Amino acid sequence: MNETYSQPDESGHFGDFGGRFVAETLFRALDELNDLYTTVSKDGDFRQAFLDDLQAYVGRPTPLYFAERFSEKLGGAKIFLKREDLNHTGAHKVNNTIGQAMLAQRMGKPRIIAETGAGQHGVATATVAARLGLECCIYMGEEDIVRQSLNVYRMKLLGAEVISVTSGSKTLKDAMNEALRDWATNVDNTHYIIGTVAGPHPYPAMVRDFQSVIGQEARAQCLQINGRLPDLLVACVGGGSNAIGLFHPFVNDVDVAMVGVEAAGLGLESGQHAAPLNDGRPGVLHGNRTYLMSDDDGQILEAHSISAGLDYPGVGPEHSYLKDIGRVKYEAVTDKQALEAFHMLTTVEGIMPALESSHALAWVVEAAPTLSKDQIVIINLSGRGDKDIMTVADLDGIEL
Amino acid sequence: MSRLTSTFEALKKKQRTALTTFITAGDPDQEITVPAMHAMVGSGADILELGIPFSDPEADGPAIQSASERALKGGVTLRVVLDMVTEFRASDPDTPVVLMGYLNSIISMGYETFATNASRAGVDGVILVNLPPEEAGELGRLLKNQSIDQIFLVAPTSSTERIKLISAATQGFIYYVTLKGTTGASHLDTSSVKENISRIRAHSDLPIQVGFGIKDGQTARLLRECADGVVVGSALVNLMGDPGSNRQSIIKALKQLTSELREALDSNDSALEN
Repeated sequence: MNETYSQPDESGHFGDFGGRFVAETLFRALDELNDLYTTVSKDGDFRQAFLDDLQAYVGRPTPLYFAERFSEKLGGAKIFLKREDLNHTGAHKVNNTIGQAMLAQRMGKPRIIAETGAGQHGVATATVAARLGLECCIYMGEEDIVRQSLNVYRMKLLGAEVISVTSGSKTLKDAMNEALRDWATNVDNTHYIIGTVAGPHPYPAMVRDFQSVIGQEARAQCLQINGRLPDLLVACVGGGSNAIGLFHPFVNDVDVAMVGVEAAGLGLESGQHAAPLNDGRPGVLHGNRTYLMSDDDGQILEAHSISAGLDYPGVGPEHSYLKDIGRVKYEAVTDKQALEAFHMLTTVEGIMPALESSHALAWVVEAAPTLSKDQIVIINLSGRGDKDIMTVADLDGIEL
Repeated sequence: MSRLTSTFEALKKKQRTALTTFITAGDPDQEITVPAMHAMVGSGADILELGIPFSDPEADGPAIQSASERALKGGVTLRVVLDMVTEFRASDPDTPVVLMGYLNSIISMGYETFATNASRAGVDGVILVNLPPEEAGELGRLLKNQSIDQIFLVAPTSSTERIKLISAATQGFIYYVTLKGTTGASHLDTSSVKENISRIRAHSDLPIQVGFGIKDGQTARLLRECADGVVVGSALVNLMGDPGSNRQSIIKALKQLTSELREALDSNDSALEN
């Protein structure tokens, strides 16, 4: 299928983006991982074992659900939700952790580490670690630990050690710095499960391939339900793994439009956002070249979003490439719009979306009235909102 | 010949091991940096490394992370760092100065502007911890045009292929990272350092400096017989950030530690000369 689109190149470049910008100590581990991944990705048995696990343990395939009342309310487009919220652990993150844990096992590494923002990737990592009997250590910003206390407790229940990161802005980017430091120190026995399509090569391509199960299912389901491909795909973008997972299998379908929705926070003009593709510049952070939020001196800025999972000043390098070649359009919605969309879907469809996914919904809320009624839109409902109810209550001024 | 190369040649003639000292520019404030550089040279440092503060120093341990944070709080930018080198150069035309930092600082200034400005300021070498030789071509050419050495690191985990690649790309000296981990870590295994340095020597004639985890005269001395130079960073940076200190006491402590390191490295020189 991917005859025309064949990114990245062998050294992990998506055009000018991606690559490997890490300390020398990590090269051996990256080479080892890349060699193994290159081998297994050609191995049909590995992919089958991965898909079998996703079926038996995660509950895939997830439904492609026609949100009829939501569509009617917005007055344009037939809106389908790809129900990643129904995965075991409540989000798409587990697709990737299952795949990477299989690789860690093959490399004989008994210890895994991960960074987490909202805690979804941390929970998904701790979950597979428990299942496979691997030692697990999760790095999480001090600020996110407060915002996502429920997920912190979940990780602990699963047997993981949660390490509070107090450097820098005390959020996801700092957790990633700390995980990279741990990896450099314990590289012999440790595999680092990066949770998104960022980091040094081969992570962006590898995580994309694991998450592509989302788009592969959605494509087949859409054909089955509607007899044709969708007109538009919409997904939220923080690091961008759920979006790439949905988009990638459609990249060569030129008639399928794609929109990635970043977090505009308090508004793009306020500077208080997490939207490097809308208001950032190319730079290098966490092992790859990509769009970043940084000042004139190259210092990385603190991101802001209502949703901890989008609160990251960078983005996966493939998104930077897809933006520059014009294949995907990147928009942004504010905290307020996302919160309104959260309430709307919850009351109209009885589905409580994660605040991350609510950004994708919010963009569609704005755009749907301009679309015709027979246009098919697929939104990636990347996670469920149970983890966010304390945040939502707080924002709505309700004391629980 | 670059200042780095001539410095190593002169030291070799005297059978001395190079002492390279690292501080972060502008830590804990901007006024102290240039006097601190002169003080270290006066107490026996042969080469100075100056850290460019960065918001996300992912390869550094807690000491240098804190130093970066202190410097950034004081408003230090890459331009300010280059101004400090200019000021230092005005009264010290000989001691090589190497900037060490992260690539994003250079990207933001622009490769070409950086190379020109760094040369004008009197910078001799650049180490960017997250820029491997594979990605360094364009910047490398621009630095070369300005006669600035681009220095790469070799790690204990580097394969023979990578040692060859790095040896071919690096100029001035090779920086051998003595341990897996971040700057300032504490588990130094000198026998494996020696073994790895002889692996590098098989592929390169450049001087080899060792760094990460060298805290005092004793560890510096252990590495003397296998390396051409030692780099001391976190131990000095800890003095800069000591909350109970003032500018005067910091300079005094810097001089003391630098002298101690110098003495440890030189202690048998008279025996060698006899």
